[in-house]
Amino acid sequence: MKWDISEMGSWTYKQFPQGAVIPEAGNSNDYITGGWRSERPWRNDEKCTQCLLCWIVCPDSSVRVADEKVTTFDLDHCKGCGICAQVCPTDAIDMVPEGCDLPEVK
Amino acid sequence: MPEHKTLAATGNTVVAEAMRQCKPDVMAAYPITPQTTIVEEYAAMVAKGRVHTEYVTVESEHSAMSACIGASAAGARVMTATSSQGLALMWEELHIAAGMRLPIVMANANRALSAPINIHCDHSDIMGARDAGWVTYFAETAQEAYDNTIMACRVAEHPDVMLPVMTTLDGFITTHSIDRVSVMDDESVSGFVGQYVPKTALLDLENPVMHGAFSGLGGPYFEFKKQQRIAMENARKVVKDVAEEYAKLSGRPFDVVETWGMEDAETAIVVMGSTAGNTRHVARDLRAKGERMGLVKIRVWRPFPHVELAAALKGLKAVAVLDRAESFGAEGGPLFLETRSALYDAAERIPVVDYIYGLGGSDVKLELIERAYKDLSDIAAGGAAPAGPVYLGAREEA
Amino acid sequence: MQQLTEIRWHARAGQGAVTAAKVVAETALAADQYMQAMPEYGPERMGAPIKAFTRISKVPIEIHCNIENPDIVVVLDDSLLEIVNVADGLVDDGVIVVNTCTPPAEVRARLSMPANARVACVDASGIALDTIKRDIPNTPMVGALIKLTGVVDMEAFKSLLAKNLSKKFGQEMIDANWASVDRAFEEVTVA
Repeated sequence: MKWDISEMGSWTYKQFPQGAVIPEAGNSNDYITGGWRSERPWRNDEKCTQCLLCWIVCPDSSVRVADEKVTTFDLDHCKGCGICAQVCPTDAIDMVPEGCDLPEVK
Repeated sequence: MPEHKTLAATGNTVVAEAMRQCKPDVMAAYPITPQTTIVEEYAAMVAKGRVHTEYVTVESEHSAMSACIGASAAGARVMTATSSQGLALMWEELHIAAGMRLPIVMANANRALSAPINIHCDHSDIMGARDAGWVTYFAETAQEAYDNTIMACRVAEHPDVMLPVMTTLDGFITTHSIDRVSVMDDESVSGFVGQYVPKTALLDLENPVMHGAFSGLGGPYFEFKKQQRIAMENARKVVKDVAEEYAKLSGRPFDVVETWGMEDAETAIVVMGSTAGNTRHVARDLRAKGERMGLVKIRVWRPFPHVELAAALKGLKAVAVLDRAESFGAEGGPLFLETRSALYDAAERIPVVDYIYGLGGSDVKLELIERAYKDLSDIAAGGAAPAGPVYLGAREEA
Repeated sequence: MQQLTEIRWHARAGQGAVTAAKVVAETALAADQYMQAMPEYGPERMGAPIKAFTRISKVPIEIHCNIENPDIVVVLDDSLLEIVNVADGLVDDGVIVVNTCTPPAEVRARLSMPANARVACVDASGIALDTIKRDIPNTPMVGALIKLTGVVDMEAFKSLLAKNLSKKFGQEMIDANWASVDRAFEEVTVA
């Protein structure tokens, strides 16, 4: 069941769940944090060895993987922290200023 | 009807016994004088298989309450016990337990706070936790400590309350004195407290929830505090309802404010904890000599029974409050402040004198109570009230 | 017996005064009396002077303070006579019983106490060494106490003693303890 919080801004103490319990699992997914980003990750598929280190370290679980291979970034939730680019052993990820034309920045 | 058994036992022994009969799923506890024998005897009962509780030994009271919070959020019935510095070390977790609306039951052996180091009775520790949002009971005797523990379990878990509850008993005086106590059979007690069915348990995998969310600037933190205020107000009725049901089972009546001799009293002493007994003893003697003295005993400190207290004190000529804790720089001790506030709406102004007494286990001799009653007689006869707070029994220059 | 009897115990930590205070209270409960027993706790160690208190009453006991005017004082170690005012506050017709080889008249001379109060002496340590084979004077002292005051019933005390001992010991130890109680009951002398 979906927890409808669309009117939360006007809730009084009567609507909030007791003890600040959040009665729905995983609904942080609905909270789009991608707008906080000033730089976005860009991955060069040719340099990438699919070691998946970026996937392991991403604090926002924003590295998308399918069939054990990195595909894209979840830009709804990626905050642009750049950890993926820092740890990449083959420098396959660049942090690109938001608003820049992609992809050939470097 | 329950089977009653009369024991010669200490307050701590019967608190541990009451907890066992409530069958908590988890106890996380750390020993501290004069509470230690509660958790020690409980641990022995766990070891002997007399109760199936997950007993968690921790490295401090901070951890004890943290583990209790985790276990309670997971959906367990949780109990613990502490005292003094231990309660002080739990201070931040006390607020968390209340804010997360976790029905933890904790016994506190009332003891002074350092410095100087002192292991004996007063109410400084509990008053430090006054505003943490816990329903709080006081016991005069080991019997009351037993009864309060069982009632606490029901009050805490009541859907209209869902707050942690502290049941307090005076360190050494009640915790370590052997007293005549009547206990009930296990089935009667466990039938009375029932099974705890949590509504939002972390371990309920079918209905996953999150406990401990953030609520920052612009968030509903303020609204959650209002919920707590309402829950605490609801506790007023729940405490009485549970007590009424418990009285049918135990045969022992309970009121949030208990009175003695107030039918025609001219003056009265307001008191909490074991000193209520000393006070009643003195009031009885004075009454035999024709003095119209009464006693008002507060059994539930939070929510504070201001309406019941004001009703009990209505029309008196003078009131003395016995405070076993200081509130340095305030007009008096915590009980005095509550009492005067409760009387503010009274039609007639009643003089109220505050007596700080018994700090650090200082012996509450009957002559000290007699002195307070004597002051009240003088005020009732038109004399001036002594400037308070009076340090009752502290050494003075001759 | 009056409504309330107050007993103050003086001992050195480790001599079993707290246990004795408790067992006397339990014996009173067995006779459906009200009772209270409490130690005066401090940061004491083995050998430090301690006090314990027992109250026995026909009506519920409401007071929770220390006992300042005891009806009965029990002293488990006569070396305490030099360092503690054991007779302090003893009521006029009270009794003080001391574990000692010294005769009661000599003990009385060392104490400042009411003229009407009695002093009783018994070599409880000697009796304990003879019977129980250890210097545990608390049990025989209760035997002397019962002889002097009748504050609790002898048979009730002995049966409770047996019940408590049987948790850890066999009949031999129970018999030895019973013998210590009987001997103290017989041998206590009063002045």
